[in-house]
Amino acid sequence: MRTKFSSRLLAASSVLALGLTATACGGAKTGDTATSESCVDTSGDTIKIGFLNSLSGTMAISETTVFKSLSMAAKEINADGGVLGKKLEIVSEDGQSEPTVFAEKATKLIQDDCVAAVFGGWTSSSRKAMLPVFEGNDALLFYPVQYEGLESSHNIFYTGATTNQQIIPALDFLKQEKKIKSIFLVGSDYVFPRTANKIIKQYAAANGIKVLGEEYQPLGSTDFGTVVDKVKAAGADAVFNTLNGDSNVAFFKEYKGKGLTASAMPVLSVSIAEEEVPGVGVGNLEGQYTAWNYYQTIDSPANKTFVTDFKAANGAKAVTSDPMEAAYTSLYLWKGMVEKADSFAVEDVIDASDGVTYDAPEGTVEVNGENHHIAKTALIGQVNSEGLIDTVWSSDKPIEPDPYLKSYDWWKN
Amino acid sequence: MSMKTLRIKHSYPYVGWLLLAVALLVLAPAVLSDFRLGLLAKYCCYAIAAVGIGLAWGRGGMLVLGQGLYFGIGAYAMAMHLKLADAGPGGVPDFMALYGDAAVPGWWEPLRSGAFAVVVILVLPALVAGLLGLAVFKRRIKGAYFAILSQALAAAFAILLVGQVKTTGGANGLNNFQGFFGYALFDPANKRMLYFLAAGILLVSILAMAWLYRTRFGELLVAVRDGEERVRFLGTDPANIKLAAYVIAAVLASIGGALFVPIAGIVSPDDVGVVASIGLLAGVALGGRASLLGPAVGALLVGYAETSLSEAFPGSWSYFQGALFVLVILLLPGGLAQLLGLVSGLASRRSATETSEEAQTRVGEEVTA
Amino acid sequence: METLLAQVFTGISAGAVLLLIALGLTLTFGQMGVINMAHGEFIMAGAYTAYVVSTIVASTELSLLIALPAGFVIGGLLGLALEASVLRWMYARPLDTLLVTYGVGLVLQQVARDIFGAPAKEVPAPGWLDGSIPILGYDFPLTRLFIIVLAGLCVAALLAVLRFTALGREIRATVGNRDLAETIGISTRRTDQATFFIGSGLAGVAGVALTLLGSTGPNLGTSYIVQAFLVVVVGGIGHLKGTIVAALGIGLLQAFLAHALTGSVAQVIVFLAIVAFLQLRPQGILSVRTRSLA
Repeated sequence: MRTKFSSRLLAASSVLALGLTATACGGAKTGDTATSESCVDTSGDTIKIGFLNSLSGTMAISETTVFKSLSMAAKEINADGGVLGKKLEIVSEDGQSEPTVFAEKATKLIQDDCVAAVFGGWTSSSRKAMLPVFEGNDALLFYPVQYEGLESSHNIFYTGATTNQQIIPALDFLKQEKKIKSIFLVGSDYVFPRTANKIIKQYAAANGIKVLGEEYQPLGSTDFGTVVDKVKAAGADAVFNTLNGDSNVAFFKEYKGKGLTASAMPVLSVSIAEEEVPGVGVGNLEGQYTAWNYYQTIDSPANKTFVTDFKAANGAKAVTSDPMEAAYTSLYLWKGMVEKADSFAVEDVIDASDGVTYDAPEGTVEVNGENHHIAKTALIGQVNSEGLIDTVWSSDKPIEPDPYLKSYDWWKN
Repeated sequence: MSMKTLRIKHSYPYVGWLLLAVALLVLAPAVLSDFRLGLLAKYCCYAIAAVGIGLAWGRGGMLVLGQGLYFGIGAYAMAMHLKLADAGPGGVPDFMALYGDAAVPGWWEPLRSGAFAVVVILVLPALVAGLLGLAVFKRRIKGAYFAILSQALAAAFAILLVGQVKTTGGANGLNNFQGFFGYALFDPANKRMLYFLAAGILLVSILAMAWLYRTRFGELLVAVRDGEERVRFLGTDPANIKLAAYVIAAVLASIGGALFVPIAGIVSPDDVGVVASIGLLAGVALGGRASLLGPAVGALLVGYAETSLSEAFPGSWSYFQGALFVLVILLLPGGLAQLLGLVSGLASRRSATETSEEAQTRVGEEVTA
Repeated sequence: METLLAQVFTGISAGAVLLLIALGLTLTFGQMGVINMAHGEFIMAGAYTAYVVSTIVASTELSLLIALPAGFVIGGLLGLALEASVLRWMYARPLDTLLVTYGVGLVLQQVARDIFGAPAKEVPAPGWLDGSIPILGYDFPLTRLFIIVLAGLCVAALLAVLRFTALGREIRATVGNRDLAETIGISTRRTDQATFFIGSGLAGVAGVALTLLGSTGPNLGTSYIVQAFLVVVVGGIGHLKGTIVAALGIGLLQAFLAHALTGSVAQVIVFLAIVAFLQLRPQGILSVRTRSLA
């Protein structure tokens, strides 16, 4: 009796499920175009914006500081009267350092909270995860971190450097100033280092620099004995480092332990900023090079105010770094775009974006309306004994963003 | 195998199932926004994997610490098919053009066919689990060894995926899917369809367990859990019983993973590694590992709790998940189902069934809350 | 020759790290059957102990030497607290200890994040561990040599305790046959606590040592825990010598594979090799009868 009951139930429920599925199938087929209605509420005294940073998990180390500088920018803007007369209302979500969560939370911010724009993301994977969400919902994302380029989305503004504003100037520096003839590539095993190294290898081939080795370690790996042995044995003129996070600590400790020095074999890093230096140890990093578009030591009135205010809000020991500055700048750029458009609507903001400028702590930056990146000055820095980074070389003027490297004839994707 | 069944004492698991079905198929779609329904669909995918874990762990006593491996096989097979379908006949998925040699590797090609992808989703996890299980159970590797081995495999799988940027998208995983077997994924109507598909499969898989638990196989599985040697002495090889349960659990995890992809719109190595694998166990432990509805209801509850807690208190989820593991496993190894049992045990014997029905109702309501 | 030497040395030093981490586990997992996933967080606690000591003791020369025993005590006390509050109720359910201790680990990680902040902390190495000594044309980093020596000392100390002290005899007796041990008057309760204190204390020592190689952050333990359990399983549960052989073997295998291939592929192959190895020897390299782990 029971068996009959349950198998009948089984059959019935299968039919039910399939039936419901079938009736729900009235939806669009692939190839149709999406139409999405914005639910952003512009009627009140406030306007909602979303901050999406990893406040937990492995990336919390870096992204918490971005969240802090975004919050500071929002506070300043509100104290100054808001945007188009509306105060900013922040909705903050935790990306938990996982791409899947970034996609989910981005959807929530857009569909449930109806924010006018979202600021955040750090890793390439978080950006790639959010990209279809923002494109599908026709919403706005401001992404504040240097990245591997080869991307330009209608719905994303990239306020960090693309490769021709960071990696290529770094190579120019090594070639012109350091006169290197050979190089060794060390990176974490994910998209950014692999793409960066693809560019570096083509640059090297076109400029007569030998690539003596290319090593990848799993993300989060702390075992660098073998890698440093290989680096040492190869004896290159310089090392180009695209390691991420904790791996840098293990790498530089091993590097120093095996007797390698900044003067004999300099390491140029593209993911170590002021906030990472204490974790790696000043003693392990002093004299090594970095490539960014902003350092805390920049001597300008805008930066002095930025640094002073940030320390006032977060303690005297707090340092400022490139991604934090780019995030801070991104909120002001959005404000500039909205005010130029006199509208919060996504398409109006995008249409108004071209040529919007802001006197950022790093210097004046200008939005490129075509590829949604911003013109930035490249700065090569050297870690000093206090753990801050001094500029030793710069590109003189802001470099126009070229995410697809169209203006470099040696580049073949 | 004989299909002889035992008479069961209470019909309340079926009442509970019906309530869950009403909650998932009628109440939730009526009450929830598209976004929240999408989240519930995601929890349903975890719950499908949890149903399998209930069988292997709750009934079979095998602590399957690496179900992320099978969840990942299903998810990546589906994701690869969707990427190829988006690219069109002979086309190359977008990320390969970006990171790789702009050529589709040979082992991707068969997945252009949707039917083949479905076969892979159902058969590949069974093969992998079968081979591994055969090796492990026949050698009488059990308990802690098995748990640690399965965990190591999930870890290895995640590392392997991260390392193969050109062919698996690396740490980025695979995302940006346009369609699902011809249906555009941007359309809310199609997302609802996916929700009903996930909820329907979840309900069917619970029923299948109800049937399985009452077969001779189900009884033997519990017997193996409670006294492996005795079963051996009785002339049945426990390895075969465990193997079957492990394979079924793997296939269910794979189905959950395959549905997860169009619903979440992404799969990355973070969704299949060690942490994700243990995360799948949380709901099973909470709901009651050996009970019929416990694993599924627990997984839905844990999913809901994770979302709402991380929205309310970012960063606090670690505390809650940690506390959940400690308190539930230490004090309530039978999970919420045990709590229900205690409640109904306290009430008079005559009204026992009613009480548990009421309690089941409460669980059902919490899911939709 | 030089590369071979480099590989062997790198392998041995990676093996020494694994050994330090797994040593405590052979006691708690191998001898007591408790699958302590919070072992990784005890390692983290040891590393943070080193950090705290380095902020209190001005001399970096001394702080490491103070941190080592301090790490042992902190790790041991955490282990004792875990045993007394949770695990003592669960000896009949060894598999469940895995999930409970995983939960404890999650909480400890978040506690560390709330106390010390998410960014990694730097623990300065003492001056006497700066640099390297060249032998046969290869520069041996002093920090790595120090860890190899430390691992050796820990093994020797543990062996000595187990073999020559009353406590060691009690531990061995309890592991061999709990009921019999009780009948001859051994307090198995006290023995369990002592075993857990030593095992967890060794995790603390490993944590202090790891600050010499990598960063000190909340996730420090998680990156090692899976490998550490594999070492114990391969070595044969409850067998110290097996653990030593397994740790060095896995370290060397990893180093040679990483040299020939890439780091990621090497890790995957090592994992698969371990699974295959356990097919051949399900009881590990060496094995003794212990309390059932079923």
